[in-house]
Amino acid sequence: MESVPENAPEHCPGTQSELAGKASACEGCPNQGVCSSLPKLGPDPAIEEIRQKLSKVKHKILVLSGKGGVGKSTLTAHLAHALATDESKQIGVLDVDICGPSMPRIMGAEGETVHQSGSGWSPVYVRDNLAMMSIGFLLGSPDDAVIWRGAKKSGMIKQFLRDVDWEELDYLLVDTPPGTSDEHLALIQFLSGAGIDGAVIVTTPQEVSLTDVRKEINFCRKTSLPIIGIVENMSDFICPKCHKSSVIFPPTTGGALKMAETLGEKFLGSLPLDPRIAKCCDEGKSFIEEVPDSPAVTAFMNIVEKVVSYCNEFVKKTEAETGEAMDFS
Amino acid sequence: MNHLSSVKHVIIVLSGKGGVGKSTMAVQITLGLHAAGKKVGLLDVDLCGPSIPKMFNLEGRDIHQCSEGWLPVYVDKEQRLGVMSIGFLLQDLDDAVVWRGPKKNAMIKQFLGDVYWQDLDYLIIDTPPGTSDEHISVMEALRAYNPDGAVLVTTPQAVAVGDVRRELTFCRKTGIPVVGIIENMSGYVCPHCSECTNIFSKGGGKALAQQNNVPFLGSIPIDRHLTLSLDKGENFLESNPGSPALAAINNLVKRFIALDKDLP
Repeated sequence: MESVPENAPEHCPGTQSELAGKASACEGCPNQGVCSSLPKLGPDPAIEEIRQKLSKVKHKILVLSGKGGVGKSTLTAHLAHALATDESKQIGVLDVDICGPSMPRIMGAEGETVHQSGSGWSPVYVRDNLAMMSIGFLLGSPDDAVIWRGAKKSGMIKQFLRDVDWEELDYLLVDTPPGTSDEHLALIQFLSGAGIDGAVIVTTPQEVSLTDVRKEINFCRKTSLPIIGIVENMSDFICPKCHKSSVIFPPTTGGALKMAETLGEKFLGSLPLDPRIAKCCDEGKSFIEEVPDSPAVTAFMNIVEKVVSYCNEFVKKTEAETGEAMDFS
Repeated sequence: MNHLSSVKHVIIVLSGKGGVGKSTMAVQITLGLHAAGKKVGLLDVDLCGPSIPKMFNLEGRDIHQCSEGWLPVYVDKEQRLGVMSIGFLLQDLDDAVVWRGPKKNAMIKQFLGDVYWQDLDYLIIDTPPGTSDEHISVMEALRAYNPDGAVLVTTPQAVAVGDVRRELTFCRKTGIPVVGIIENMSGYVCPHCSECTNIFSKGGGKALAQQNNVPFLGSIPIDRHLTLSLDKGENFLESNPGSPALAAINNLVKRFIALDKDLP
């Protein structure tokens, strides 16, 4: 629950908790009387509002990793580009990395601004069928730092989910910051009504990264978030001169494949390190279009296919369970 | 909070971007200062993704309590290199720390207040990416101790530099001096043909330092032996003499040793 005030004493149970005003941490808190006497609000009304707002979004996918810099944003952006090659599909990308939004640059939309309309914020369109939203669009300058504590970040995510006017979408991809904290809990909480198809987990091969990613998988299990599968990024490097491969981040413990097997999760594939990918991201281009000959593109399209088939299966399964067809008309 | 008053220098390792090598740099600086005969402490305030225990091969070790507070976990017998991380407090290595801000803040306050570092020459603080709870709490708590400043780590590509620019603004707003910027992963030498490829482009960190008038501390090339030794928790300084990354790291460490000489 989003109910621990900024200035609360340590171990505050939250103003919406059953224990509000009664826990030992509440002793001496100036708000103790108010907390114990006020009626509890129940679930946040935003959850229902978000469910309605996103009722025309067929698939919602989160991209997660416990570790930073493994390629979450790169994967999200290119998943979006790949899905958007089918012009009949509508794709949305939401960047909830509040302190380090890199999506605008990767998607080539830096400097764009969002407009407010009667039905909410209109997202920025990078293609006819690819819309995106990021806090980067709300900042005045690229030097602006968003120095916010968790509660404020969660509030922003709530607004993103509730107020962005996506209209109809086939896929909404959500790019996240590393970790298992406020942003992630906010997403799980606010999307609990609308539902999430699942999460794609990204890692690099070395154990230092896998350690953090195992924590992320545990987080998904604790919060009952389905895992679509695990992608290993930066697996090997092909020298542009001699075309031989070498390993920069050695998989000392068997890499993501071994981890996926041990944990009983699906392995979606591995992507090689290609300097042209980093360059495309810096320039805001899609490497799928810029360097179609790269082995990374073939590997990537394979992963996209697996994600799409998972999503189709997921909808079928949900329909079978609820006994009603999802109506997106 | 008086445990920090016996620490001579406090250096915070920051980056707006994840996975650029904050922990790697923090570990290498710590090892370098230790090798130079300094007494060093390393505090890991990345609560959701602590990597420091792994990098020192200290996974599974426990923290002991004494009457003065928590004792750090020592890497060496002489107890001149102490480490503190939430990793030591977890039952299972794979346990996720699913905490919101206020709980993280309380933990960081404890780390900064209750760890009995004894007399340290340097305390290095490794942080998670971003400009949020962990960072605000560390800055607030350290303000009274006049920290030497922050070291910003970036990789050369524009996507990372973009986030580090925001971190510079954070330092300015919170009044913490910037010691300088390190550019990590600056080029990779192919082991087959010795061709150097700039996987993540080049020069981004240096340009950022110049634009903002802060010192540039050097660029560290990608070295697979470095990643490998961190995965195994080996001391890179000892296991890979002659590596080009090591030379760059040693240069960096010299800068920090110089900080100590500046003071009486």
